[in-house]
Amino acid sequence: MNLGSFLIMRQEVGLLLVFLIMLVLDIFAPEKSKIRNTFQPLVCILFFIHTSLGFLFPSQGEAFGGMYVTSTLTTWMKHILDLGVLFMFLQSGSWLNSNEAMARRKGEFYVISLATLLGMYIMVSAGNLMLLYIGIETASLPVAVLAAYNKYQHKSAEAGAKYVMLSAFSSGIMLFGLSFLYAAAGTLYYGDINLSAAGSTTVGVGSVDLFTIAGLVMFLSGLGFKISLVPFHLWTADVYEGAPTSITAFLSVASKAAACFALIFALYNAFGSLFIVWKPLLWALIVITITLGNIFALRQKEIKRFFAFSSISQAGYIMLGILSGTQQGMTAVVYYMLVYLFANMAAFGVISVIENKTGRTDFGAYNGLGKTNPVLALVMMFAVFSLAGIPPFGGFFSKFFIFAAAAQQSEYLLVFIALLNTVVSLYYYLLIVRAMYIRPAETAEITKIADAGTAGMVRIKADSYTNISLFVCTGAVILVGIASFIFRNIDGLTFGIR
Amino acid sequence: MQYTLTILVLPLLTFLFLGFFSKVLPHKLSGIIGTASLAVVAVLSYIAAVQYFFGGVGASMAGGDVNEYQAIIAINFEWLKFTPQLHIDLGILLDPISVMMLVVISTVSLMVHIYSMGYMRGEKGFQRYFAILSLFTFSMLGLVVATNIFQMYIFWELVGVSSYLLIGFYYTKPSAVAASKKAFIVTRFADLGFLTGILILSYFTKTFDFAALTANNGALVINSMAGMSFMGISIASWAMALIFTGGAGKSAMFPLHIWLPDAMEGPTPVSALIHAATMVVAGVYLVARLFPVYFFATPDVLTLIAYVGVFTALFAAVIAVTQTDIKRVLAFSTISQIAYMMVALGVSGYEGHNGLGYMASMFHLFTHAFFKALLFLGAGSVIHAVHSNEMKNMGNLRKYMPITHITFLIACLAIAGIPPFSGFFSKDEILAAAFAHDKVIFITLWIVAGLTAFYMFRLYYRIFWGEETVHEHVPHESPKIMTYPLLFLALLSVITGLIPFGKLVSADRLELHTHIEWGVAAASVLAALLGIFIARHLYRKRSGKPERIAASLGSFYRAAVRKFYLDEVWYFVTRKVIFRHASTPIAKFDKKYIDGTMNAIGNTTVAASEAVKGLQSGRVQWYAWVFIVGVFVILLCWVL
Repeated sequence: MNLGSFLIMRQEVGLLLVFLIMLVLDIFAPEKSKIRNTFQPLVCILFFIHTSLGFLFPSQGEAFGGMYVTSTLTTWMKHILDLGVLFMFLQSGSWLNSNEAMARRKGEFYVISLATLLGMYIMVSAGNLMLLYIGIETASLPVAVLAAYNKYQHKSAEAGAKYVMLSAFSSGIMLFGLSFLYAAAGTLYYGDINLSAAGSTTVGVGSVDLFTIAGLVMFLSGLGFKISLVPFHLWTADVYEGAPTSITAFLSVASKAAACFALIFALYNAFGSLFIVWKPLLWALIVITITLGNIFALRQKEIKRFFAFSSISQAGYIMLGILSGTQQGMTAVVYYMLVYLFANMAAFGVISVIENKTGRTDFGAYNGLGKTNPVLALVMMFAVFSLAGIPPFGGFFSKFFIFAAAAQQSEYLLVFIALLNTVVSLYYYLLIVRAMYIRPAETAEITKIADAGTAGMVRIKADSYTNISLFVCTGAVILVGIASFIFRNIDGLTFGIR
Repeated sequence: MQYTLTILVLPLLTFLFLGFFSKVLPHKLSGIIGTASLAVVAVLSYIAAVQYFFGGVGASMAGGDVNEYQAIIAINFEWLKFTPQLHIDLGILLDPISVMMLVVISTVSLMVHIYSMGYMRGEKGFQRYFAILSLFTFSMLGLVVATNIFQMYIFWELVGVSSYLLIGFYYTKPSAVAASKKAFIVTRFADLGFLTGILILSYFTKTFDFAALTANNGALVINSMAGMSFMGISIASWAMALIFTGGAGKSAMFPLHIWLPDAMEGPTPVSALIHAATMVVAGVYLVARLFPVYFFATPDVLTLIAYVGVFTALFAAVIAVTQTDIKRVLAFSTISQIAYMMVALGVSGYEGHNGLGYMASMFHLFTHAFFKALLFLGAGSVIHAVHSNEMKNMGNLRKYMPITHITFLIACLAIAGIPPFSGFFSKDEILAAAFAHDKVIFITLWIVAGLTAFYMFRLYYRIFWGEETVHEHVPHESPKIMTYPLLFLALLSVITGLIPFGKLVSADRLELHTHIEWGVAAASVLAALLGIFIARHLYRKRSGKPERIAASLGSFYRAAVRKFYLDEVWYFVTRKVIFRHASTPIAKFDKKYIDGTMNAIGNTTVAASEAVKGLQSGRVQWYAWVFIVGVFVILLCWVL
């Protein structure tokens, strides 16, 4: 055992350090001490330092006999995940302090989130399906805890329970699939699976043995669960709705991104030679995912459920880039994830600000927001425009690159279906804009809340951490598309596609 | 030369700053901020020009001691990449014509900024005015330094937008709104041709880059489209002619000139900056930028440009003679003078002394910018004093406005082409180039030169001489903040002709030794003097003669007053033909069938949404069931 291996894992080590600091503080800081009030800035600063250092000194190499692989690209991916978590920390402050019981447990929240993130790091860096599985489990279990964080609230508890059950179910199937793969290939290392499968595919699809196919399908269903691809998506809406809003944001961004990134490496490094097997499979999954996600989103009146379905269809677009299988496609996926992260975090930031003040997450709460809270409404509108892919926001460019990559592989039909779906998605995204800018505010509601003596819908002031996150996200939504060097930077990272 | 980026960024920042804080900034401060930033831009442009032309940055020795000016890419930033060859860049290209344009734009813009602080004082929306003025300056500067045709197109549209906003500055006035829309739609229509041309060109050549397009005498264009034709005309000619359409729209060439006279609804300083000195010459600049392609690949289009130019020059000059609104006279004079520049490009050759037309065109663009801006600002000063655009409300103003009078006279002499004012030199080169190329063109231009002198001095005598009209209050000279720019521009109108322009700007970028063609010069001065003399005879003192001459010309005169019914023709074509016989039936079809189909699709989607809602039951066992069935269905697909 070589201690130098740990230097290659410096991203993980850094994260673990932040994790340990927070854990120790949470355990040993006295109940009523002032230190507890500094948890949020402290974790944000530590985390910010960790993220910037990671961007500056990306690590490259393999450790533990190829179990663990890292490159500039994985470093980028990990720090894209970091950004999602950082925004969640920034936005969660007022929620965590909303009542006494919650405030006492806030250290836990940071520690558990960081633990999840560690699992995601491992997913991205795995070079062996077993390690990938461990990463997925490390990432999943804490998420269930987070989803049930408001444990005295019926919906939150329900979300946690549903997530833990279904997640266990999907892991079981995935693990079953892995055992098939092991039976077929005799190894779980990405590279070796690829080599052993390469022999059979040269003859034709028919000659690929059933063990491999069954294993592959089960494996995909496991990751598909995380990415919420149809038909493995059913948990999404219920969990997104029930979980605290910050956690929903985290689920829709970081959790999804980690699974996507892991899928890229698994598909290309481990199953690259089975391309002809999984390409039609993915093709069909994409079509039903985008379409069903959109169709469900159409009718939603509850904004978190709405974003759950929107995130399902967004996942379909991301798969489109993976399907194209070229360097351009992979770049587009990472770029798409980045843009999606900023837009979704901005949207969820607004949602949580409004939820914290009014306790409402239905569309009605957004009526007339453009008048009562022009800044929040503007942030929401930019985020939604980016998600819908309206130029000049980042979402337009990310969709454009994804479609361009798929079109270059002559997937015209698929691109056409996806384009049709963007029209549908534009409709429902605009419903929010309509509520904010065209619908009049619910005046009765305002007076009632104002009478109750709380800050009503008249003018909501968010805490400064949330404001920072909204400001950064909105700025990024506007600028990431125009500043093309970001795309080119990602493009310049070497991809391990064989 | 990387600092040239500041020249672009500063006006943009000024625009953003003034735009965002327009509500809170006091009037005066926003004017000062806008002007100060432009002053910095102007100084930087001068430094860039001096460095480029005389500091050895642009010049390199090409055999012997002849200077050859290089095209320098000061900054290049790859913005969107489609394929390794086809990518959209944003950059700064410095070559003789772009550096020259930097100087012209920043100088005139600075003068207009200073002047506007006086002219627009107390206007509602003063801050908005300066914000958009900055936006325009940014866009125009971006246009001239564009490294590729797509960047040029982006900024091309941006100047169109800022022009639209400024023409419609008095948006409560219906005529201003109509004029701004007209300007935008007509130029946008022309830009459709421009864009189509760009797409055709880039489809075949796989590049947007000016350097690649013009390299080796346009070889890329010639080779990539060799042998291809459409409707008997080669593809290259189609592309370049379509690109010229865009230029013709912006530069108000016949028959797309109809927007420019109406654009005079905007504030007068805006007319001076956008509709006289800078934006309207963008079309000339575009042709000059692509000149090697035009000359080597599509000489037929170049001939077309020459004839369109000649016709427009004459056409606009005739109309200018009959107009009574002083700004409209200047507008038609602008059209005529820009047409002059187009002709010069059209008759130009490429190498050595054959490239005289190119150099003359750029030279005239340069001198014209200053004296035409001066004319407009002078007209603005007059309008400021008498609160009217109509000649009949003016007369004998030289008594009240000495500085405006003198500077206006200088500008008139310059545009008429009287030596030693600047217009003489540049016009002489154009006439010489035309003389060497085609005698018919030369004679037409010669007549236009006479007409130009006539209508300019008609304007001059009607404003500053003749009988006084009764004014509500006595006219007075404009404040110093307005007269200083006039004096500075007057100085430029006198001296810019003496610049040895051929040494700096030429088609093949080699030094061009020019000399005055005495025969041509004598003829043109004679025509100008004749025009001035007739104008003096007719208009110095009020007499019935002009009316009698007009009456004797009969319908021709009436047609000229109505601008030869071109507006009516366009109106007929759009309203009566296109709208009634094409758009209305299409609209009906659209309402009935297209909308019907769309609604049906929408309803189906909603119905589908209704139908699948059972899937999302909320029961975990059902979710798990769907999951496992999904896995098995996929597997079955493989087995079967």
